[in-house]
Amino acid sequence: MSGWETVIGLEVHTELRTETKLFCSCANRFGDEPNTNVCPVCLGLPGSLPVLNARAVDYAVRIGVALHCQVQPSIFHRKNYFYPDMPKDYQISQYDLPIDTDGWLELPGGKRVGIERAHLEEDTGKTTHVGGGGRIHDADHSLVDYNRAGVPLVEIVSRPDLRSADEARAYVDELRAILVATGASDGKMEEGSLRVDANVSVRPVGSTAFGTRCEVKNMNSLRSLGRAIDYEVARQVRLVEGGGEVVQETRHWNEAEGHTSSMRSKEEAFDYRYFPEPDLVPVVPDPAWVDGIRAALPAMPAELRRGVAHAAGMAPESDAVVTVVRLGLEPFVTATVAAGADAGLAVRRLANEVASEIGSLANLGPEQFVTLLRMESAGDLTTAQARTVLKDMLTGGGDPAGIAAAHGFEALGGDALEAALDEVVADNADAWARYVAGEDKLQGLFIGRLRGATAGKADLAAAAAILRARRAAGC
Amino acid sequence: MTAVEIAGAVRSGEHSAVEVVEEHLERIARRDGGVHAFLHLTADAALERAAQVDEAVAAGIDPGPLAGVPVALKDNLCTRGVPTTCASRILEGWRPPYDATVVSRLAAAGAVALGKTNLDEFAMGSSTENSAFGPTRNPHDPTRVPGGSSGGSAAAVAAGFAPLALGSDTGGSIRQPAALCGVVGAKPTYGLVSRYGLIAFASSLDQIGPFAETVADAALLLDVIAGHDPADSTSLPSAPPSARAGLDRGVEGLRVGLVTELTTAEGLDPQVVARTREAADALEAAGAKVDEVSVPAAVYGLSAYYLIAPAEASSNLARYDGVRYGLRAPGADITEMYVRTRTEGFGAEVKRRIMLGTYALSAGYYDAYYGKAQKVRTRILEDFDAAYQRFDALLGPTAPGGAFALGAKTTDPLTMYLNDVCTIPSNLAGHPAVSVPYGVDAGGLPLGVQVLAPALGETVMFQVAATLEASR
Amino acid sequence: MAGMAQRITTADVAHVARLARLAVTDEELERFTGQLAAVLDHAADIEALDLGGVPPTAHPLPLANVLREDVARPGLPREEALAAAPAVEDDRFRVPRILGEAP
Repeated sequence: MSGWETVIGLEVHTELRTETKLFCSCANRFGDEPNTNVCPVCLGLPGSLPVLNARAVDYAVRIGVALHCQVQPSIFHRKNYFYPDMPKDYQISQYDLPIDTDGWLELPGGKRVGIERAHLEEDTGKTTHVGGGGRIHDADHSLVDYNRAGVPLVEIVSRPDLRSADEARAYVDELRAILVATGASDGKMEEGSLRVDANVSVRPVGSTAFGTRCEVKNMNSLRSLGRAIDYEVARQVRLVEGGGEVVQETRHWNEAEGHTSSMRSKEEAFDYRYFPEPDLVPVVPDPAWVDGIRAALPAMPAELRRGVAHAAGMAPESDAVVTVVRLGLEPFVTATVAAGADAGLAVRRLANEVASEIGSLANLGPEQFVTLLRMESAGDLTTAQARTVLKDMLTGGGDPAGIAAAHGFEALGGDALEAALDEVVADNADAWARYVAGEDKLQGLFIGRLRGATAGKADLAAAAAILRARRAAGC
Repeated sequence: MTAVEIAGAVRSGEHSAVEVVEEHLERIARRDGGVHAFLHLTADAALERAAQVDEAVAAGIDPGPLAGVPVALKDNLCTRGVPTTCASRILEGWRPPYDATVVSRLAAAGAVALGKTNLDEFAMGSSTENSAFGPTRNPHDPTRVPGGSSGGSAAAVAAGFAPLALGSDTGGSIRQPAALCGVVGAKPTYGLVSRYGLIAFASSLDQIGPFAETVADAALLLDVIAGHDPADSTSLPSAPPSARAGLDRGVEGLRVGLVTELTTAEGLDPQVVARTREAADALEAAGAKVDEVSVPAAVYGLSAYYLIAPAEASSNLARYDGVRYGLRAPGADITEMYVRTRTEGFGAEVKRRIMLGTYALSAGYYDAYYGKAQKVRTRILEDFDAAYQRFDALLGPTAPGGAFALGAKTTDPLTMYLNDVCTIPSNLAGHPAVSVPYGVDAGGLPLGVQVLAPALGETVMFQVAATLEASR
Repeated sequence: MAGMAQRITTADVAHVARLARLAVTDEELERFTGQLAAVLDHAADIEALDLGGVPPTAHPLPLANVLREDVARPGLPREEALAAAPAVEDDRFRVPRILGEAP
């Protein structure tokens, strides 16, 4: 695929974590019995009218602010097309005047991806296909549940600034973290509360004109997003290199078969006939209100990464820092810094031991975590012991001192350490003589033997200091 | 008896609501076979409700300002458990699971709903001939139409079936049939009356309004149904103006403008213009200062309306797809089902407007048609605003002529559309207007004149209307 | 097309009928085309208007920010929601097979 550049823009739909739907007071809840969260409005009954949910607007503004967008006066349009999952046979969506425009998102590596717009719209119902193995085309008939119809969505449209499947995944990962941080979304891609469509095109390296793009839909995980993009890029390059042309169309990603395919027959023309929704009035966010939302927003991941990196003396894009922030572990770093403990050590422990047991995080309190770090730093526990204790703290809870004691973990120090060293020296008298005579590298031998002799309990840093002191004293 | 009289008599215990309702039901039973004002009667429920009103009075509880007053409801207003069809096959037999806000307000005011009245299918028409369930006839002459689209409600009041009725007015659908049936009919300021539960035709134009035999009754009914409703985003939050406050004030010192564009509109019967001028003279005689005024953009109203209304309708009527309610015709796949359902379920006029509106919104034509029509709307608003700088209210004819014969205008849609030429500008502007019966044509059929007012100008509008009524 | 849209054709009407999910016979197609053309010809008066600097009015009301508190209220009982449906299966609305994915 050399000689070709990939150009990707992403459209991410996120369901908002409101109590109710976008235009009616039905519960916005996943997993209820079919058609139990419905009313005249979200069933599209004749005579019913929409009334906009204030919290959905609040969330849309939070998202706009978090993505550095202009938050502007906006209106709703109707997007007209017939489909059974849409009770009114039109979708109420923002079209040429979205609430959020022209922002950006910073990837962990520092690259800024442009955000063209973010707008409010309503979700559709859920269709189940009966017969033919549940596939739409082979089905005998279909069944519709309107519980999801009218659930509030924000669609976030990036500019075509992404250049690889990896970057696309990083963008979605970062966007998801931002959405969760704003409180607007739970970010669950697998449950469908975060859905990603990709506009993919290719162009010769060096070209500034865009190639014809295809919109790829139906990716339900970051992994399938990456696979779908890679497939689509390869397909387009193959097509163009073979003398063909890419046709602008929507393509469906088939996860099981690992390919994309055209979604609709060519003769079906789509003409959405957008026009201003006459049942709703404009949304004009008061600048003071937007400023209030901005002030109340928690720190976003990029800022958190900078803070953690600074405290730990690491680069913001380093894997450990990214992991700590992605998993929401920065409060542990903050607690470490506040206690004057070693933040670098904290980040390493969080990005490794804690990250691998993240499901048990509830068992770990920041104070206990800091206590553990102090024990390790003070030499009361060896690195190996500290890791074991931390794992136990995560799986079963408890305080580090108690767990260490239960394991019999006590770093060997003081008289006991001196005694153990005496033994090692006595057993290696020749080597000791050479060490005293100036063969520095032999220190490692003594440390190694000491570790073996004490089954890892010796405070090795202290032992090294004792060795050096004894040599200096000539004994 | 007028609604004001009935409510007074029922509240004082002088008359029983049950007797009132029985009288009206009897009249309906006797005469509606020839008029066909009603599509569905709720006689049992009405008598039951009337009995409750009487019980309340007996118990010393005031049932409300419309105590025991029978009301007829246009069949595009949702009534819980009662068939609501929009006079369309596609909704035949549908029983809404909820009441329109106006229906709840009527009940809370002590009114008694008698049933659902006929209309042009989905309120699209000016003669009630587009009903899928047969036309309504004008009580003054059964060979003639009652006007439309709220022809059933207008005829019900004219025939004495109910002292009050509700209709909806998108381009004149209350005022034009009121004129043709010789009753009072008002379209309120857009947003004054909740549209929740009114089955939409053109959402930015639709308003529910009253029919009555007298101006005072119409004002009473409007005051009951007006006011903010949180279920309708386009409902005005401010306290509604009183329609009754000015009824006894006369017009001394009021400035009334006779709208040139309405008295010279295309296709006007000279008799209508003559009655309108007589009305102007009567107002002048009553102390108003009357002058001619031009609202130049009003001449573009009809064209703008017949792009905007069908465009919104094409979207509003998409939901009739055979999935959740109403008619379903069988189909091998969903598209075939949609097409067969909608083709069988909608009448010709509805199809015509859906196609016209679809065309006006479609890619490549939006700017030339819908977009341009929206700009014309701005112009009309500006021109009305200018007129209301100089005048308190405006005057014009309601309809181009008196009631016409059934079938006279069904072959050429544009001829039918011209019925709305004088009423449409108020809808585009969102302003109130009321039609008051004023004289008759050569055949003795009633004609109407229209009083127009600025947004929320209902008080002065009914003030002028009351004076006109008294001057007849 | 300087301001003036072209006259509507039977092909246009066939296209909008398809968009609107309506079937029309050949005879209806001819008739509807003539009728729509008459209405659009009448609308030529506004097509000819110069409205360059005029903003559109989508709505006669100057309202904005009409919002509802995010508090859940019970909707319809399921039996009522499904009561008017032409076909129901497993508490869902049953429809004939769907030929294409949602756009």
